[in-house]
Amino acid sequence: MIKAILIFNNHGKPRLSKFYEHYTEDTEQQIIRETFHLVSKRDENVCNFLEGGMLIGGSDYKLIYRHYATLYFVFCVDSSESELGILDLIQVFVETLDKCFENVCELDLIFHVDKVHNILAEMVMGGMVLETNMNEIITQVDAQNKMEKAEAGIAGAPARAVSAVKNMNLPEMPRNINIGDISIKVPNLPSFK
Amino acid sequence: MALKIVKGSIDRMFDKNLQDLVRGIRNHKEDEAKYISTCIDEIKQELKQDNIAVKANAVCKLTYLQMLGYDVSWAAFNIVEVMSSSKFTYKRIGYLAASQCFHESTDVIMLTTNQIRKDLSSPNQYDTGVALTGLSCFVTPDLARDLANDIMTLMSHTKPYIRKKAVLIMYKVFLKYPESLRPAFPRLKEKLEDPDPGVQSAAVNVICELARRNPKNYLSLAPLFFKLMTSSTNNWVLIKIIKLFGALTPLEPRLGKKLIEPLTNLIHSTSAMSLLYECVNTVIAVLISLSSGMPNHSASIQLCVQKLRILIEDSDQNLKYLGLLAMSKILKTHPKSVQSHKDLILQCLDDKDESIRLRALDLLYGMVSKKNLMEIVKKLMLHVDKAEGTTYRDELLTKIIDICSQSNYQYITNFEWYISILVELTRLEGTRHGHLIASQMLDVAIRVKAIRVFAVAQMATLLDNAHLLTGNMQRNGICEVLYAAAWICGEFSEHLENPMQTLEAMLRPKVATLPGHIQAVYVQNAAKLFATVLKSQEGNTDSTAAQETSQLMIDRLPLFVQSANLEVQERASCILQLVKYIQKLQQKDVEVAEEVTALFAGELNPVAPKAQKKVPVPEGLDLDAWINEPPSESESEDEQPKAIFAKEEPKHSRPRHTEVDEKELARRREARKQEQANNPFYIKASPSSQKVYQEAPGVEHIPVVQIDLSVPLKVPGLPMSDQYVKLEEERRQKARADKKKKEKKKRKEKHSGRGKKHDSGPESEEDIAPAHQVDIVTEEMPENALPSDDDDKDPNDPHKALDIDLDKPLADSEKLPVRSHRAAEALKSPAEDGETENAASQEPKKKSSKEKREKKKDKDRERKKSKEEKKKKKKHKHEEKEEDLLGGQADESVVQSDETSMVAEPPTSTSAEVSDLDFWLSNAPVPSNTQEAVTVAAAAEAAPEPEAPSGAAPDSEPDEPKDTEMEETKSSKHKKKKQKKEKEEKEKKKKKKHHHHHHHSDGGGEESVQNGTVEEEEPLPPMSNYCLLAENSYIKMMMEDIEQVYDIQGNLQDGSQVVVSVIFENKCDSFLKSMEFNVLDSLNSKLQRPEGSGPHDGLTVPFQLPPGVSNEARFVFTVQSIVMSQKLKGTLTFIVKNEDSSTHEKLDFKLHFTCTSYLITTPCYSDAFAKLLESGDLKGSSVRLEGVNMPFHHLLARICFHHHFSVVERIDSCASMYSRSIQGHHVCLLVKTSGQTVCIDAKCDEPTLLGNVLDEIKQTFSQC
Repeated sequence: MIKAILIFNNHGKPRLSKFYEHYTEDTEQQIIRETFHLVSKRDENVCNFLEGGMLIGGSDYKLIYRHYATLYFVFCVDSSESELGILDLIQVFVETLDKCFENVCELDLIFHVDKVHNILAEMVMGGMVLETNMNEIITQVDAQNKMEKAEAGIAGAPARAVSAVKNMNLPEMPRNINIGDISIKVPNLPSFK
Repeated sequence: MALKIVKGSIDRMFDKNLQDLVRGIRNHKEDEAKYISTCIDEIKQELKQDNIAVKANAVCKLTYLQMLGYDVSWAAFNIVEVMSSSKFTYKRIGYLAASQCFHESTDVIMLTTNQIRKDLSSPNQYDTGVALTGLSCFVTPDLARDLANDIMTLMSHTKPYIRKKAVLIMYKVFLKYPESLRPAFPRLKEKLEDPDPGVQSAAVNVICELARRNPKNYLSLAPLFFKLMTSSTNNWVLIKIIKLFGALTPLEPRLGKKLIEPLTNLIHSTSAMSLLYECVNTVIAVLISLSSGMPNHSASIQLCVQKLRILIEDSDQNLKYLGLLAMSKILKTHPKSVQSHKDLILQCLDDKDESIRLRALDLLYGMVSKKNLMEIVKKLMLHVDKAEGTTYRDELLTKIIDICSQSNYQYITNFEWYISILVELTRLEGTRHGHLIASQMLDVAIRVKAIRVFAVAQMATLLDNAHLLTGNMQRNGICEVLYAAAWICGEFSEHLENPMQTLEAMLRPKVATLPGHIQAVYVQNAAKLFATVLKSQEGNTDSTAAQETSQLMIDRLPLFVQSANLEVQERASCILQLVKYIQKLQQKDVEVAEEVTALFAGELNPVAPKAQKKVPVPEGLDLDAWINEPPSESESEDEQPKAIFAKEEPKHSRPRHTEVDEKELARRREARKQEQANNPFYIKASPSSQKVYQEAPGVEHIPVVQIDLSVPLKVPGLPMSDQYVKLEEERRQKARADKKKKEKKKRKEKHSGRGKKHDSGPESEEDIAPAHQVDIVTEEMPENALPSDDDDKDPNDPHKALDIDLDKPLADSEKLPVRSHRAAEALKSPAEDGETENAASQEPKKKSSKEKREKKKDKDRERKKSKEEKKKKKKHKHEEKEEDLLGGQADESVVQSDETSMVAEPPTSTSAEVSDLDFWLSNAPVPSNTQEAVTVAAAAEAAPEPEAPSGAAPDSEPDEPKDTEMEETKSSKHKKKKQKKEKEEKEKKKKKKHHHHHHHSDGGGEESVQNGTVEEEEPLPPMSNYCLLAENSYIKMMMEDIEQVYDIQGNLQDGSQVVVSVIFENKCDSFLKSMEFNVLDSLNSKLQRPEGSGPHDGLTVPFQLPPGVSNEARFVFTVQSIVMSQKLKGTLTFIVKNEDSSTHEKLDFKLHFTCTSYLITTPCYSDAFAKLLESGDLKGSSVRLEGVNMPFHHLLARICFHHHFSVVERIDSCASMYSRSIQGHHVCLLVKTSGQTVCIDAKCDEPTLLGNVLDEIKQTFSQC
């Protein structure tokens, strides 16, 4: 079982948090902080597993994370999950994000956390891995987005236009914080599928 | 209207959407909180509007704020509103918000039930999908109960997208509503073979998750998973299954044996590291589960270790980490194979990655031996010096202590070395584990008597240099060791070289800066030291020295009397007064030393940590009984205004009385506690000092300040452990040299005959003798302590509720609630309720008895299967196939005949499945304890399933046909499965044949043919062991051959139990219910009725019969004497219910308990049989049967089948047979045939029984 999925940036700012067990908001923040603290002080080329912190931990739990450019993707899982499998799942997740957002960067996650949630929902459900095939995930996400567009119809058009204008007015919206080298594959970790 | 919508949407354009909110927050970095609070106000406004789009937008923003840590539970109702929008866009927003912030105590969740149900059945698959996803996050027990049925339906949805989600969410439903597991499980199992790989994967996922917690319930699925494992190409699925097998193998070693080969193949073939790793892991689990060696055992270990070495040597840190992790699992059972990789592991200790170092440390634990302990610890000590960061250093420290102290200091040969290691560890600054070192010091000093002198000397130096330990930071964790030091010096003060100096050290003013609990120990032990010093000084004639010592105490103790710590204060003032009094006496020249030392006399022995718990409760003491009368629970009644009109005083007396009692009790308890605390002879539950530490104000919470000390702290005068390493080496060498010398001597004495070179090569483990005769005092345990295993299981574990037997047939009461609310349930008529309750209460009882029997049977079967298996294997050499086929036909005909006589059974898959599993498992070569071929009853040939060699076997016969029968009634969907099963069954039959041939070959040399009687070509005529009991136009009752439950206690006075299976078949078009089965008890036989019912009450049959359906019920009878057959009269009453009317009906029947029904088929060896006959205890009788017109083997088969005999030996047309009654009477037959005459000579130790049995045999043959 996956207990939690966290995405935060190099400064510990949460970009997505998904807990499959209930915690109060305060505890959640504490967990994010602590996890960030644990993960961020690790070197680049050390292993991606971490025996869980105090809060989310317990001996059965592990933190499995990957660091992409400015973002940390952290999964907290118990012993029923394969460690290497989860690493691969993170890879699939990021690659899916990359496909859905067309060259994903941190800003996409900042402004469209709802979409990230929707994508994640097609991969992991209630703490269990639902789908690992990227094409299948993208098909389902696209189909739902299409439905959404169809529902918005004409009424949605002006809103979209306004939002586009709003975005244009923002000089501080650089798209340069690219997650970048997304195709880094850990050697010796042949992808699933 | 349209205008309104357009206007609304234009308004909306200028509402803040999620992006605007995010942007705003980013633009207000300085006053983020303030900005967000204004945003929340806006959101509150938006939520008040009617427009659902606005609401959805607001909820979307709230979801974001929730992530930032804001509590948004106040908007729960609005979230529900958005969830119920008809538009997918909003619905999705609503469900997302709900999944992020709803939890079990969110009260509005109640309102969502119907909405979710609607969404689940929505024609749009994404509505359903979104609802399922949301529900998976916030499902509550209520939701689970109400929606379980809907979700179960979705498991068979046409769209795989929905199916896989529905399957996955079932796990959550099971967790919240465990009752749903059994009804839903068959369908879940079906999904393992779903055509869609996603659904299949989901089902595997769920079952693995379930099985991980309660593996034993899922053993029966092993064959299915095995098939999946060998056929699936999806690595996710494979990994899950392999992990699952890892959990199952400890329960079923045979499974492990079966797994080794395919797993090894996978290890060799797969390119995916993740899969390889899991395979290795499971192979390790298998190897752990196989306690006994198997031939290629070591090969598998070698393969694993070798693959792991590759992983550890890999440059990828992840693989290195996992390799070490798996290695530590091997270590537990096969330390030898890991120890050869010591170099690699020590190398990992130097890795830059802390996780890897920690894993390597774990491994070290198992690698130490007496020989290398010092070396390894030395290396670790180097790491301790180098380590930066306290966490890793602390970890090292605990590991060093763990390694050294493991299994009762098994590997320590030199305790002086260990003490000096501990002393060296005290140099660690800022460690949290001072108390660990301290407890080790105490432990060693107390338990190793020989080391006390040395330990005391070391501790004295430690106390002397206490300032170095405490330094500037008095609140340093390491000062805990002073606690141990002070105590050891005090307690074993007789070993001190210079007690006076230590006493002074303990009374230094600086001590007052130590934590309270340590000061307290200081004060107490100063008193002990004082006693010792006095004793030595009084021996001298000079009395001034003693008085000076007292003066020193009197001078220094006031410092402690002023302590803020109560305990210190109390002890100090007490001791101060004591010393003052002593001083007075000294001034009068009274010798006091003797009496003062008496204060601290007596040795403290170590007590095992669990000793207190294991003190057995004395007989006659009931700990649960009330000492005083319990306080009445009716106190609330007193508060009721009942007594308003009554003149009498409300009865306060009793409660008041108990209240006083309770106070009194508490007081007494307190007093007792104090008494115990002050009683030095009272052994407390935890003798170690750890408890005291726990209570001490948390040392862990004290911020530890790192101070850079350029000068390494070296406590002057402290011995370096290295010194001891050298010493030890010298010692060992010396010992070796001594040994050599001795040996030489010996050899000389022996005239140096055969030259065995003992002196060459490295010394072996055993050669290293401990330095000094250390006797580790074993911990004290109370006399006749009970070996109690602590149940560490967490009673709150949600998975505990899911420990459910999945193979039991479903009862009606277990069906999932269908679309009903609790309110609706409450409306049920009380009568109906009572009925279901009744059924439910009856059900488990029946089941349990059935289960018990089945278990027994399974065991038997298991044993036999393995035997068959072996025989089969041998058999392959002698191929005589034609006969097999013929024999198989015979069996089939029996099956068919049974099918015709049998009618649909309730879905009892238990026995079938379990036997399937056994069968499947037995395919693996089982090196079972090779017994001599056990006689297998010839009846096995005739019955569809071989009779078990012992126990309550006859029951097993109908199982198989039942199974096929059941299969047929199932929908055609499962054709495949069925075919498979049938095939298996056929195989089984074939095997049966095989083993008979094996018997042939077994007895090959001799003339006689053992056991396997029926190898003739002719098929056996069908035989049924069901006889018609009674029948009328409504119902048919058929009684199965009575089966016995052997009285387990063997207590003949209590009589033996007999179980009667009766099949009830509904022959009419109406519904039959309220069936009651009643039998008139005779003196000898009684129907067992549930407790509390009268001797003439009937038993309710635990089911109802719809038209055309039949079911089986079992009734238990107690029988006193079994030598006579008997008939019991009984009646069955039932209600026939039509659409318009219902009538009471009654059916009379007679139960015939024949004498043979008390016989159990028991195998007997020919030699045992011969002995039995020779013994002369048996009385003979004989019978002649004329005109028996059947082949001899048919005749034997009939006797075996109908009368529960087994063939012991058969020679041509002569056979000996044996059986035993449930009360242990032996019955032996010698059957001879010539022409149409059959002569049966019989012997038995109970002539009446024998006569009756012979009569019955005669009757059997007269019927045909």
